[in-house]
Amino acid sequence: MKLLTHNMLRSHVSGVTRGFPLIIRADEVKLNSVDFNREFVTRMIPKLEWEALVQSAESLGHGSDLPRELVSGYENDEEFLKKVHHVLLEVEVLEGALKCPESGTEFPINRGIPNMLINEEES
Amino acid sequence: MAGSVKRPEQTGPAELFYNEAEARKYTHNSRIIEIQSQMSERAVELLCLPEDQPCYLLDVGCGSGLSGDYITEQGHHWVGIDISTAMLDVALDRDVEGDLILGDMGQGIPFRPGTFDGCVSISALQWLCNADKKTHNPPRRLFRFFSTLYAALARGARAVLQLYPENGEQLELVTAQAMRAGFTGGMVVDYPNSSKAKKFFLCLFAGVSGALPKGLGDNAVEQGSKHQASFTNERMRFKNMRGKSVKKSRDWILEKKERRRRQGKEVRPDTKFSGRKRRPHF
Repeated sequence: MKLLTHNMLRSHVSGVTRGFPLIIRADEVKLNSVDFNREFVTRMIPKLEWEALVQSAESLGHGSDLPRELVSGYENDEEFLKKVHHVLLEVEVLEGALKCPESGTEFPINRGIPNMLINEEES
Repeated sequence: MAGSVKRPEQTGPAELFYNEAEARKYTHNSRIIEIQSQMSERAVELLCLPEDQPCYLLDVGCGSGLSGDYITEQGHHWVGIDISTAMLDVALDRDVEGDLILGDMGQGIPFRPGTFDGCVSISALQWLCNADKKTHNPPRRLFRFFSTLYAALARGARAVLQLYPENGEQLELVTAQAMRAGFTGGMVVDYPNSSKAKKFFLCLFAGVSGALPKGLGDNAVEQGSKHQASFTNERMRFKNMRGKSVKKSRDWILEKKERRRRQGKEVRPDTKFSGRKRRPHF
């Protein structure tokens, strides 16, 4: 699971209102190389929850050089865009779990696939 | 075909039907692969994405990621969601570009509002119309799927969902639940005159309503909007009176080619050589 996907995911357990951001527990992290697409990264930045991205990147140990707050005019800052690209698309969580911040439900991640199934018999 | 083969969604839940053996077909059977990629091409075409702009798409029921491959080819990024672990394993082995998520679409799409620029789904929606567990309620699951999908799409985005409806009521139920969730749009039917090439695409618009694209190979729809026979005082010619034209004649061949064209099959164009005899020459 890439951090871009994590940033977009929310918990859909019934009764949860915001369900975001999911807390990551990573046991295994892999780095891939993905082609840099400037336009895509620029388009995705307004959609991101920046704070959550910085937090999750830091918890994986890959976000040390990201600014705490989004500065305007990032469209032209190639170096910044490359950093964001690296964090969004190249860092991948292989094993671990996601935890819903409200209900505490755990969604395990196996081989890079988060299991978002809810056991309906329980709820 | 419809009568002889049991529909897969009636045999059991999707996560059990798409086991390793079934998933293997999606990498080894060239016919399945061809049909799947044709349908994904058409679905992406119906999405009407902005040209030369990389988009972020959702693939519901992505399976082994065949439709995702086409999306990647077009330069877009995608996230796939599927309920079958065997199919997702195949996708992992094939090294697809998109991110994969194990999830049940009837439990809702677990994404933040306004995430995606579009959504495609190939042959997945009909699975929602069956109740496989005690807790399942098809109308409710459909509504949950459509309402969370509506939220997860950006305003002005489209969702194109290809499905194999079992009957008219099922189609009606699916469309009704989509409209209840706030979508506009409707059904686009490709090749309505053919039983095999016929394909249903549910084209949904989130936020703004657009004009529904036309289905392929149904020029009858454009002409035949009136339901009455038109009056003509032209005499019926002998050719038509006799019924079908003589077998192997030029007329017969042209008629047959026209019929197959309507069914969406590949047919050579009509030329002055069509139906000519190959006489012996020196």
